[in-house]
This record gives sequence, C-alpha cells and structure tokens, in this order.
Amino acid sequence: MTARLVLGAAVVAVALAPLVAPTYHVLLMLPFMAYAVVLLGLNLLFGYAGLLSFGHALFIGIGAYAGAFLTGPLKVRSLEVILLAAGGLGALVAAPVAALCVRYVKIYFGMLTLAFGMVFYTFVLKFYRLTGGDEGLPFLRPALLGWSLEAMPKTDYLVGPYYYYSLAVLSVAALCMWRIVHSPFGLCLKTIRDNPAKAESLGIDVTRYRWLAFMLSAVYAAVGGALLGPPTGNVDPTLLYWTHSGNIVFMTLLGGFASFFGPVLGAFVFIYLQNWVMSVVPYWRLVFGAILAALVIFAPGGLMGLAARRRRPGRLSGA
Amino acid sequence: MILRAEGLRKFYGKFCALDGVSLSVGAGEFVSIIGPNGAGKSTLINVLTGVLRPSAGRVSFRGRDVGGIGPARLARLGMARSFQLVQIFPELTVLETLQAAVVARLGRGTRLFASLARDRDVHAEALEVAELFGLGARRGVPARQLPQGDKKLLDVAAAFALRPHIILLDEPTSGVSTSDKTAIMEILVAASRRIGLQAIIQVEHDMDIVFAYSDRIIALHQGKVLADAPPAAIQADQRVIDTVIGRWVPTR
Repeated sequence: MTARLVLGAAVVAVALAPLVAPTYHVLLMLPFMAYAVVLLGLNLLFGYAGLLSFGHALFIGIGAYAGAFLTGPLKVRSLEVILLAAGGLGALVAAPVAALCVRYVKIYFGMLTLAFGMVFYTFVLKFYRLTGGDEGLPFLRPALLGWSLEAMPKTDYLVGPYYYYSLAVLSVAALCMWRIVHSPFGLCLKTIRDNPAKAESLGIDVTRYRWLAFMLSAVYAAVGGALLGPPTGNVDPTLLYWTHSGNIVFMTLLGGFASFFGPVLGAFVFIYLQNWVMSVVPYWRLVFGAILAALVIFAPGGLMGLAARRRRPGRLSGA
Repeated sequence: MILRAEGLRKFYGKFCALDGVSLSVGAGEFVSIIGPNGAGKSTLINVLTGVLRPSAGRVSFRGRDVGGIGPARLARLGMARSFQLVQIFPELTVLETLQAAVVARLGRGTRLFASLARDRDVHAEALEVAELFGLGARRGVPARQLPQGDKKLLDVAAAFALRPHIILLDEPTSGVSTSDKTAIMEILVAASRRIGLQAIIQVEHDMDIVFAYSDRIIALHQGKVLADAPPAAIQADQRVIDTVIGRWVPTR
C-alpha cells in the first residue's frame, strides 16, 4: 500500500515537474527517463536472470546511432519509427551476441559482454565515414506523433512535448516490464537465477530463457539509447564505451537490483548526484568511486534495500 | 518397460565408473539402487537422467533413446529427479517453486505478458502438491528459511509437480534425522499414488528404508550389477551382504 502511494506520488511529481521545476532540472529528467528504460531492461537480465552484463552500452549506442542515421541520412524523423527501428536493430545485433554470451555465466559472461562492447566501440570509432568517428553524428530533432515541431525553440521542445513523450515511453516500458517479471516467464528466470541445475531438472531450458532475457534487455537498452539522442542533439562513441556500461551497472547497484523500481531510482539519484558533484568538485569519479565502495560494503541492497530495512527492522532484505 | 539401460559404461579418463550396467524398470515398480561409496550409483543416476552421456551403451525411456539428451528435455518427456544434496530456489517461496515446476510442465514458461497470479491451473496444481507434501501452511515462506527437512521435501515435491511417469530420487532421506525418514517415505509413497506415478528409482543408504519400501533392489559394486532381485533374495545373498550391506540388523 505504501509502495503504491510512493509510486503514485512519484509519477505525479514527474508529470508536474515541467510546470513547477526550474528548466535546468527538468532537462536533467530527460536522460533520467532514457536511462530508466535502459535499466528496466538491464535488471531483467541481472536482478531476475542473474546475469550481470558489462557491455550493455553497446545496445545504448546502437539505439542512439540508429536514431542519428534515421534522422540524418535516411531523413526519417518520426520518433515512433526511430524507437521501433532502434529496438529492432538492438534485437538483431543482440541475437548472435546473446547466443554466444549466455553459454557462459558469472565472470565469463560479464567479460564476454565487455569484449563485445569494446569491439563495437572500436568499430564506431574507426569507421569515420559511416559513424563520424570520435565526433559522432548529429541526432536531428525527431517529430512526435506526426508533429514536426521544427519551429519550436529547442528548450521549449525538450521540456514540453519531448518530456511528456519520454515519460509516456518510460511508462509503457515499465508496464510491459512489470508484466514480464510477474509472468510465468519471469518466474522461470528467477529459478534460473537461484539454481540453474534445479531449473534444468524441472524441464526449464536454461540457455533459451537466458537468451530471451538478454534479447529483451538489449531491446530496452536500444530504445533508451535512442531517447538519449534528442536532448543533446548528438551521438558519439562514448555512448558505447565500457565506462558507460559501468555507469549503468552502478545505477542498478545504487538503486537496488532486488527491487523492480530500484534501478529506476538509481538512475534518478545518479544523474542528479553526478550533476551536483560535478558542480562542486572536478573529480566526480573519485566521489562516485567512494560511494560505490560504501554501497557494496554497507548497503548491498542499494537505496531500495535500505528503505526495506527501515520498514522491517532487523531483517536484512534485498541482496 | 518404462526405463531400460543396456550395457552402460562410463569412463572418467581411465577410471571406469560404470562397467556394463543393464537394468530395467517396469510400471508399478519401486526400485532401490544400493552399493558402497564409489560403486557408481551417482554416475548411474546422472546417466539415467541425461546429465551425463554414457561412454557406451544406451538408455531408453518409454521406447525412446535418451542417452545424454539433457535433463531439461528428459524432464519434459516425463522423467523427474531429486538431488542428493538438497536443491532449492533460495529466494522463491514454496508455492513459487512448485508453480515453476507446473509452468514448465504445461509449457507456459514463454508466456511473457501473462499474469502468473491469475493462472488458476498453475496455482491450483502447485497448491495441491504443496498440501500433498505437508507444505501447504508454509506456501508463502521463502525456501531458504525452511528447516532442512522441509527443504528436502520441497526439492522432491517440485519433481512430483512435474507429474512425471518415473522419478529418480538420489538419497531422498539423506541429511534427515532417522525419525523423519519414515515420515518422508510415507509422504512420497502417498504422493506417488495420488499423481499416478508409474515407477520410482531411489538411491538409498538406509537399509531399513530400502528393505521396507522396495519391490526390487539393484546392488552395484565397482561399476557392475552385483545383484538384481527382490528384497528377500537380496537379504539372503551372501555376496551382497559382504560387499554392500555389511552387518545389517533390522531395527524394526
């Protein structure tokens, strides 16, 4: 009950933010919502299927570059088409990558995803003609639901229509993922996370389910990646760099992977904290490194884990 | 015959764990496999359940060659197993564990957007199995919080929830106090009747249990079948007594 109230209040706050909050903070909500979509997918793979990927920036990059290609050379401006194409392309690339990676577990899985991420990063960096190399590509302003909105000042576009469009995408993504984790499929993923050998003995095809979870997470990452493009108006190879994969893993741990909304909260706190720390000290990674260490040692369940511990004193929940 | 194995051999490097084992299990049979440590019991179970591919020989289940096809496919064909070291899903509740088994049996695992909570078939069947194993009252308890005996029961119950034709139990009462062993066996036998199980194969060390419940006993020694006979004949077989049973004194 409390959880529903909190969620309802959060949704209302996010919906009202453009009307009341300073523009600068509203603009920060855009990457938050994009990352929230990415993390809902990443956590299906990590929190529910037990596989930690260090290479999902690859799929963020695919989504973002798909958007840049479509709006630029291919002259497709419809964001609906862009998101569908990003998801489709993400799935296409993920199919063979996932098939290889899910044969391995734990550190080997993580290292393989990292390796694939590096390969694609280098590809994007070096094929200058196609990808613009380290300068990247422009992501032109997409049309929303058929409205071109070309004449609108950029900030008005971002804190107005684009903001609510992102919120709608995030809401749909969250609803779909909520259904997925509460489906028979979600249950089977949890059995695989907890005990693959036992799951196998019950007739659950472990490799196939892991592959499916990977595919879904890649589609989410690509869609989230495409949403990252319009606010900056540019995509570049750092989106695919492995530290970016590290950041989204950090967000997941920060919020708490044992909870459905944990990673979403993690994305929110990460973005605003990073912004604040960067404005105070030049070494934000130093501060974030210390936070990460403290998290792992004192609050392995993340912020959601801390909240759950407060609700039920004496019982360690989460992790 | 439900399950038949012919001339099974299994090598680990040069070590021969199974050296030409043949056996068959028919409908209505409760078969126990006994043998000293290192006799090849676990290897045999792992070959029969498709975890290990035999180096030679074949396993057929309901007329179909199943050597090395893997535990997941074998489970879907109707052969279930439980484990010597108790295997549970620590974070899942009793009910969720059994629901997972029912979902797998009904082939509903790839229903991505269906609601598990609203799947009445799955819920009803899982609950029925929980009741059958006396776990109904604890259906909402995460498996990691169960006492050891209940963990063991849940492991076996999940296998029963598959409604298999045959079930292979690897030491169903290991790690359980002597007083609980009979209780577990009684639950197993009652549950088997209830779900229409055709045959049970168990590996067991406790000779009281073995002699009380088996229709037939297969004694393994050094990877070979030493004896394959009803309990009365086994009890009279001096070779089996010397190599497997030792000085067995009935406690009942």
